[in-house]
Amino acid sequence: MVLGLDLGPHAAFIESAYAIAVVILAALIIWVVADHRRQARRLADLEAYGKGRRAEPDTGFSGKVESG
Amino acid sequence: MPLIDLANPTRFRTLADRILPWLGAATILAFALGLQQAYFAPNDYQQGATVKIMFLHVPSAWLSTMAWGVMSVAALGTLVWRHPLADVAAKSAAPLGAAFTLLCLITGSLWGRPMWGTYWVWDARLTSELVLFLMYLGVIALWHTIDDPGRAARAVAVLTLVGALDLPIIKFSVDWWNTLHQPASVFRVGGSTIDRSMLIPLLIMAIAFTLLFFTLHLAAMRNEIMRRRVRTLLMLRADAAGGH
Amino acid sequence: MTALIALLVRDMRLAIRVGGGAPIGVLFFLIVVTLTPFAIGPDLALLARIGPAILWLGALLASLLALDRLVAADLEDGSLDLILTAGVPLELAVAVKAVAHWLTTGLPLVVAAPLLGLLLNLDPAATGAVALTLLAGTPALTFIGLIGAAVTVTLRRGGLLLAILVLPLTIPVLIFGVAAANAAIVGPMPFATPFTILCGIALLSIVAGTFAAAAALRHAME
Repeated sequence: MVLGLDLGPHAAFIESAYAIAVVILAALIIWVVADHRRQARRLADLEAYGKGRRAEPDTGFSGKVESG
Repeated sequence: MPLIDLANPTRFRTLADRILPWLGAATILAFALGLQQAYFAPNDYQQGATVKIMFLHVPSAWLSTMAWGVMSVAALGTLVWRHPLADVAAKSAAPLGAAFTLLCLITGSLWGRPMWGTYWVWDARLTSELVLFLMYLGVIALWHTIDDPGRAARAVAVLTLVGALDLPIIKFSVDWWNTLHQPASVFRVGGSTIDRSMLIPLLIMAIAFTLLFFTLHLAAMRNEIMRRRVRTLLMLRADAAGGH
Repeated sequence: MTALIALLVRDMRLAIRVGGGAPIGVLFFLIVVTLTPFAIGPDLALLARIGPAILWLGALLASLLALDRLVAADLEDGSLDLILTAGVPLELAVAVKAVAHWLTTGLPLVVAAPLLGLLLNLDPAATGAVALTLLAGTPALTFIGLIGAAVTVTLRRGGLLLAILVLPLTIPVLIFGVAAANAAIVGPMPFATPFTILCGIALLSIVAGTFAAAAALRHAME
């Protein structure tokens, strides 16, 4: 009996399915959050370093200086 | 705000920072409601409680296809309009699509074991999902193998669109192949029509999954934009150090 | 037109050379077919039953072999730029290269198939059926492979990745190729049904492959 519900003879499969869903979705969320923290820290480090030297232009996404 | 404005990374990050909490909250609410509905859903007369796996399996399947659709639209953005956000959108969607495809495969396998007696059967839907999973992995490999992000985006875009064209053909072929080799008895999972008492939890879970996808997608796009900014700054720093 | 013919001849000459991929393709086909009984056992009845499938799988894998150098070599040494300055549309150029690849790599597989069918105890009717389906299917494999080659053209060792990208796309060809061969051998389905679908897919692949590969190459050359 899981959470007061009788899941029948195949309960293990139902529970496993929901468990694996939790695992995979949690892994996705953790990856996105951890990646965010990592990039934010790197950016903070680099921008602090950059402030010590002359400012560089905001070069957008790919590194090329967009003119328009 | 025209779409090109979002190409500015700072503006995108500001927008993402503002939207994400709301998206996240909506996702949580949807899952709460969906899981509650799934909990109280009646058992199938044929399959018993195992039909509750459907509330995970079917939304995963929908999302696995939808993610490729998102990648395809992004691919058009990359190839036709060169919108820089398109590259980021495509790259961020790939791992999400792969994860949902994997979830679909595993839940399908767990659902199949009580139904068909084995963990894997080469039925049309599962086999198509397996092929789709391989295609996602190939795309992710391509993203990480080509060094220049712009070039990678364009190569992946072509492949994504070819894949989008081929996916219906693959599904049709696998279906055809499956009926060719199908043994006499076929379990029609979920029954021929889904009763409304099970349709509503299914739809709510589908909405929850979709909201989760877009939340994760937006967050992953923000991360990718930050990653590219890091790469730019690193290259500039290396340039400055090496050039003088 | 002469530019295209020159390109065709050049590509074919390059492929036929020992390092070019054409002889290696057939050799690989032979080896794969030879390996299969070691894995499955020498039961002739079983081999005859799955013979079409083994031949198709061998041909599929052998087709992939020479692909990764198909366009990469030309991009690296600048030949592709030369071809473009000749005024030839890139689409036609890649199509011609694919035709050259098929003539030197795909067609030999079709010719080799009946001989290898002997090894698998296939009777003449079965062998003929397999050869015919390979004749229709190998162009599809070449042109689908062309897409993978174009997309991985900038990679130094893109061969394996190319295979990973291309193989899922070739599944319909495999399904209908083997189905057509088996339909001719055991029936009851008429040969024409899967065969016409196979031909349709092949035609679609030729068109889609040409345009997709040209687009990918164009982007890679920027």
